Amino acid sequence: MPAIVVDHLAKHFSTVKALDDISFSVGKAELFGFIGPDGSGKTTLFRILTTLIVPDMGTATVNGLDVVKDYRKIRKDIGYMPGRFSLYADLSVEENLNFYATVFGTTVAENYELIRDIYSQIEPFKKRKAGKLSGGMKQKLALSCALIHKPSVLILDEPTTGVDAVSRLEFWEMLKRLKNNGITIVVATPYMDEASLCDRVALIQDGKLMAISTPSEVIKTYPWSLFSVKADDIFTLLNDLKSFPGVHTVFAFGQAAHVSFKERNMDEKLLSEYLLGKGHSGIKISPAEANIEDCFMELMIKT
Amino acid sequence: MRTLLFIIQKEFLQIFRNKGMLPIIFVVPIVQLLILVNAATFEMKSIRVSVVDMDLSTSSRKLISKYEGSPFYKVVQTTFSYDEAMDQMQKGKVDVIINIPNGFERKLVRENLSKVQFVINAINQAVAGLSSGYCTSILIDFNRELMQDWLSPAQMAGLKNIQTDFSYWYNPKLNYKTYMVPGILVLLVTIIGLLLSGMNIVREKEIGTIEQINVTPIRKIQFIAGKLAPFWIIALFELAFGLSIGKLLFDIPMVGNLWLIFLSGGVYLFVILSIGLLVSTVTNTQQQSMLVTFFFLVVFILMSGLFTSIESMPGWAQQIDRLNPLMYFIKIMRMVLLKGSTFADISPHFWSLVVFAIMMSGLAVWRYRKVA
Repeated sequence: MPAIVVDHLAKHFSTVKALDDISFSVGKAELFGFIGPDGSGKTTLFRILTTLIVPDMGTATVNGLDVVKDYRKIRKDIGYMPGRFSLYADLSVEENLNFYATVFGTTVAENYELIRDIYSQIEPFKKRKAGKLSGGMKQKLALSCALIHKPSVLILDEPTTGVDAVSRLEFWEMLKRLKNNGITIVVATPYMDEASLCDRVALIQDGKLMAISTPSEVIKTYPWSLFSVKADDIFTLLNDLKSFPGVHTVFAFGQAAHVSFKERNMDEKLLSEYLLGKGHSGIKISPAEANIEDCFMELMIKT
Repeated sequence: MRTLLFIIQKEFLQIFRNKGMLPIIFVVPIVQLLILVNAATFEMKSIRVSVVDMDLSTSSRKLISKYEGSPFYKVVQTTFSYDEAMDQMQKGKVDVIINIPNGFERKLVRENLSKVQFVINAINQAVAGLSSGYCTSILIDFNRELMQDWLSPAQMAGLKNIQTDFSYWYNPKLNYKTYMVPGILVLLVTIIGLLLSGMNIVREKEIGTIEQINVTPIRKIQFIAGKLAPFWIIALFELAFGLSIGKLLFDIPMVGNLWLIFLSGGVYLFVILSIGLLVSTVTNTQQQSMLVTFFFLVVFILMSGLFTSIESMPGWAQQIDRLNPLMYFIKIMRMVLLKGSTFADISPHFWSLVVFAIMMSGLAVWRYRKVA
């Protein structure tokens, strides 16, 4: 039985359709990612799954329990980390953890094994107030609190937003270990690079699911030929590339521009000469592998 | 039950950790009690008087000296021009003008009747009413003395006269503080209870912690009880604290049974905290909560009978005031402390509070379930 089954779920706020007929399922011990821009409906979906709001239409179950009817039972089974830091800033690290343990009718000692990896990193600061922790440490504490009652499903809403690159990487390492412990994890992220770390990803925009598959398969579906173009003046480069005949899309990607062409056999030389003619220097053109971000951009254009 | 205790423990931890909160709870009430009790008085002292004496006779001087000798009056101007006196009143430097016309004494002797004019600044009608009352009583006194001077003892005895004597029950010295302290104490615990409880749950909404709480198996009723219990305890403590200050500093009488005060206080605070909770369910930010709370507080306080007597309100206002919990508790406080009323005496007010408590808490919990 899958851990989460969502069937034709819809929710609107006044005139805005936050979720529009969404269906998917998440298997046990799967690391499932939701990728989408701000306002795409990720948080609304998570709030329904965590029994905070009720859907207008459709059903959703967690471990076979209905989110509307069995909300009380579900709350014991899930761990939720909202996008906003929502622990008590004026309580210490230790007090927060103890509080959430007690609220779930357990103790820190009882489930210490599960959070040891994470909590041991912030334990030196256990007397510090939660509000005074750094962004990365706050996330670790929030994750510890969400895990303290040994949930079977963990729902994380943009857990790494506002966290530095190193902490982000660490955080995902932890998620993998939790997954190996048999915990189902659903995570939303605006970072495309994190998507490739998931078992499966769902691309969501304007309340609609645009694609669900493994990261490698998402990449495989990319239909065009893609090039990475570098030049000294990246800003004019982007503009000039857009006016080159046959170009489908141009996106800045780090230090380079990702250019896609609808025709398969593009002549790199032609492009190179065109750019030289525009007065660019330091031009480097190389074929590129599509990544999740490219695929997502492509999907966004289609809709 | 363990969860509930733990929530209460957590709340206390947060309250005592909040450096801004402690002074509000412990220092502000003392300061308020000291300031309000000493400042909020209706007793008139040093009414500023301008005397326009056109007569300059023995009688007129005698009359003026009576005002000069009174502790309530301070003659700040003596003039022959009414316009000059009026000018001073216009500038706000004079409260009362005593206008004694020319021929005051002559008329008194020849016609047995003479007139004096009092012009009173009635910007504040309460003060004006008191001023005119004092003025008249001094004039009556003056009249009596005149008779004593002009009539023989035999004639005096022939006059029929009713003597009035007052004895003031429950507050024999008409001590204003005795009357104010119990009322102001109610005000203090109300402010503490209403504001703190109204803002506390909203605060959890505002900083988002309620989101995390709501996904836990905590029952709403547990959460609310855990939130309100600490404020209930603090406010009752505040009441005890205020009563001690009242006794030690102002020596207010405590005739009745103090347990009766605390019993009613407990029920009353339950009402107030429920109102606070209700406010916090209909608002989303601490600011909104503050504004709504303030609105209710002002209406409750002004109609509580603390500053103005309820009996002098128009009938419809008295009917509305039956919905004012403050009014009941102030009555109970004054009855028990000053009169030594027993439970039977206060029971109509007490049961009103109980009805309020049931209604308000029911409403608040119902609203809270619906929104959150």
